[in-house]
Amino acid sequence: MTTITDTPAPASFRLSSLINDTRYRSYTFQFIALVAIIATMAFIGGNLVRNLAAAGLNISYDFLGAQAGYDINQRPISYESTDTHGRAAIVGLLNTLIVAFLGCITATVIGVIAGVLRLSPNWLVRKLMSIYVEMFRNVPVLIWILIIFSIMINTTPAPRAFKGEDATASMWFFDSVAVTNRGVFLPKPIYESGSLIVGIVFLLSIVGIFAFRRYARKQLYDHGKLIPTFWPSVALFFVPAILAQLVLGNPITLEYPELKGFNFKGGMTVRGSLIALWFALAIYTGAFIAENVRAGIQAIPKGQTEAAGALGLRPGRIMNLVVLPQALRVIIPPLISQYLNITKNSSLAIAVGYMDLTGTLGGITLLQTGRAIEAVLLLMLFYLTISLSISFVMNIYNNSIKLKER
Amino acid sequence: MTDTNVSFVRTEQIPPSPPPAAEAGIVKWMRENLFSSILNTVLTVIAAYVIIRLLMGIVPWFANGVWEAGSMRECRDILAGASGACFAVLVDRWDHLLFGFKYPPEAYFRIVIALVLLLVAALPVLFQTVPRKLLLFTGLYPFIAYWLIWGGSLWTPLMLLALFVLTAMVYRLIGEQISTDMRKIAAAVVGLIAGVGLAYLLFIGAGELGFIANSIGTSGALNTVAYGAFWLMSGFTYLFFIPMGIFVGYAIYNSYEGGGLVSVVTALLFLYAALTFVFGPVSDGLASVVGLELQAVASRDLGGFVLNMILGTVCVSLSIPLGIALALGRQSDMPLIKGVCVIFIEFIRGVPLITLLFVANVMLAYFMPPESNFDLVLRVIIMITAFSAAYIAEVIRGGLAALPKGQYEAADSLGLNYAQATRLIILPQALKISIPGIVNVAVGLFKDTTLVSIISMFDLVGMIRGPIQNATEWIGVYWEVYGFGAMLFFVVCYGISQYSQWLERQLQTDHH
Repeated sequence: MTTITDTPAPASFRLSSLINDTRYRSYTFQFIALVAIIATMAFIGGNLVRNLAAAGLNISYDFLGAQAGYDINQRPISYESTDTHGRAAIVGLLNTLIVAFLGCITATVIGVIAGVLRLSPNWLVRKLMSIYVEMFRNVPVLIWILIIFSIMINTTPAPRAFKGEDATASMWFFDSVAVTNRGVFLPKPIYESGSLIVGIVFLLSIVGIFAFRRYARKQLYDHGKLIPTFWPSVALFFVPAILAQLVLGNPITLEYPELKGFNFKGGMTVRGSLIALWFALAIYTGAFIAENVRAGIQAIPKGQTEAAGALGLRPGRIMNLVVLPQALRVIIPPLISQYLNITKNSSLAIAVGYMDLTGTLGGITLLQTGRAIEAVLLLMLFYLTISLSISFVMNIYNNSIKLKER
Repeated sequence: MTDTNVSFVRTEQIPPSPPPAAEAGIVKWMRENLFSSILNTVLTVIAAYVIIRLLMGIVPWFANGVWEAGSMRECRDILAGASGACFAVLVDRWDHLLFGFKYPPEAYFRIVIALVLLLVAALPVLFQTVPRKLLLFTGLYPFIAYWLIWGGSLWTPLMLLALFVLTAMVYRLIGEQISTDMRKIAAAVVGLIAGVGLAYLLFIGAGELGFIANSIGTSGALNTVAYGAFWLMSGFTYLFFIPMGIFVGYAIYNSYEGGGLVSVVTALLFLYAALTFVFGPVSDGLASVVGLELQAVASRDLGGFVLNMILGTVCVSLSIPLGIALALGRQSDMPLIKGVCVIFIEFIRGVPLITLLFVANVMLAYFMPPESNFDLVLRVIIMITAFSAAYIAEVIRGGLAALPKGQYEAADSLGLNYAQATRLIILPQALKISIPGIVNVAVGLFKDTTLVSIISMFDLVGMIRGPIQNATEWIGVYWEVYGFGAMLFFVVCYGISQYSQWLERQLQTDHH
């Protein structure tokens, strides 16, 4: 009986190694997988070619240059029904981005407030917020979109209710905003010559705010001098732009909506579908963000707050300098995926007739031209690009605030 | 001096005096919880105002609710201007909301039985204290439910069940009960078949690629190569397949050293052969002898909340194994497998579900052989399963990544192979960590089944948006029906999330 086994022979390749040797077996598996993938692809491709030939179709993106022939009621850039399908798709893409952007901001605000209030010492507020969170998290977003859309359509007055002496409805904010069942009418800014200068001044003042804050921090670190930053920042934000506006003789004016005939004319129209989608996405996703925020704040050990208190920091500073920077590290990653969810859920616009990318390219264009494969592939490509770029940008930010271990 | 005892000694204890009014009972609670600071008081007032406003709207609406009316107009007449709900629409369209408008009413009871049995089947999975023998019923449940919901001959699910049982027996036989020599021969046979199959796949693949290249009309090198391969393959079909099979079989016979792979492959081959050659004729034959038939219902006749339930249950149960496979694939050392899994997961997670449903609706038919005929429900199930599998895979990957490296190393040092280590050491722990995430995905998926209404399927939302809101007698109804839908979803989703929190506490093995 031997207790000493032979030292293994230097790795020599035999054919049987392909099955029995873990070093080579992976090649066998991958070869089989490769064959299976190629065969599947070829199978799908062959079927596609055959089916297209049978239907007398081909793959071509020429339809993007053809006349669209349908109207889009919410358009951020000029668009007529005589424009091309390609332009309609771009209008849709912009609409998607608009509702996603509005939704993300509103959802963050709602979510942060609700998340903080869920930890409030106030019993009533705490319970109210948990009812909000549970109610919205556990019901499909599509139902919320449809409910809010129905409210927009059914409970807001028709434009003619604003008409005449005995008007049953009135406009808000000094006759500048009208909420009707055909949409919300807002004042529209009109840019005349000189408005570019106002814009540049405004941008410069924002740069100025950052520069000022940097300077204040440098003063604090180098010389121990604490310069107040809040009010100067507010002043920097408003004063230069308003001054420029006044000095140049009001180059930026507002065009107010006016009731003409049976509808409002002028100003800017925000359709009920956009508002329904925006609010529903914001409130629904806000409930998820509230949970993330709550988890993030709760993840910070109480000792951190107590230690900061022992150092003599005031409660506001404890929140700003100790708790929040640590909580953000926990909150940001799920927040990113919530933003992505908003972007993807905005495709539900098609349920309320908001002409986003899915409504134009994946909806009417697809139906009119019958180019299902091309339209759906383009649609997926657009969404993939949006999703991947959001997660790319957010990952960079995420890495920049990551715990730096040394 | 007289001995007067002025000192007083109390002989009994005085009863404790009540705390100050402000420090006891409800007043104290309110002071601590509602009015502890100015900010809190303001918040309380605002919250109370919001609650009162909501109640003022909702309570009369509920209390005045009309339960018996034939149309919206009748409701309004009964209410006579007062605020009130028209619940009569729920009474009138109850069946439609739950079962859709095409499912035969005389078969509703079958769905109800299937749903009740679903609860029974779910019990042993959800609760560890339920007798383990019930798991047998859980295994049988899919076949029973299929028969109950879709109807048709009982022989179809019964035969399928029998084939699965036989497959398991083949697996056991090859794996445990035959001698090593026999297993070696079995391995060689499997290798032969696998070799032929692989060569056949190569042949089909090259042929199809040639066909594609030819019909697209690419010119130049690609076309020549692809078409050349096609010609070569089709010319030497038998010269290629059979030697390949014999070669692989011989190689395996010569080098076989044991291992579980051969029994898995044998069982799969057996299942494939049985499904292709035995299943159809036998079940048809049995059905023609003894019927055992329920009225058959087509998939497109399913609807209402039941459709949401079916889609949710089927897709979640299918996507968990698929998700585990994808997560393991993403962790794999093999670049090709890893790459495929990463691309699949990231692609699916990057696009909205609605585009995948568009694929199911308008695109998938182009990818199938011309004569094949998948119905829409099946195509939707495929796409939703793929969708949720990608999300579940990410959750499980998180669980796998959270395991300490020592667990993998410990499994290796025990001499376990990959399959054993994964099954016995890695997955049980990783899945335990992943449970909350998986439940989140499941709840999200169940809610997302309402999206099928957009590709004109009549699930709960589809029923409301279509047949109910478009009916002339119920025009203008929305709060009642959407509220009802929201309530159904809330009950199910809230129940599931509460269960997951309970389970998390049960599974907590570490001590705090």
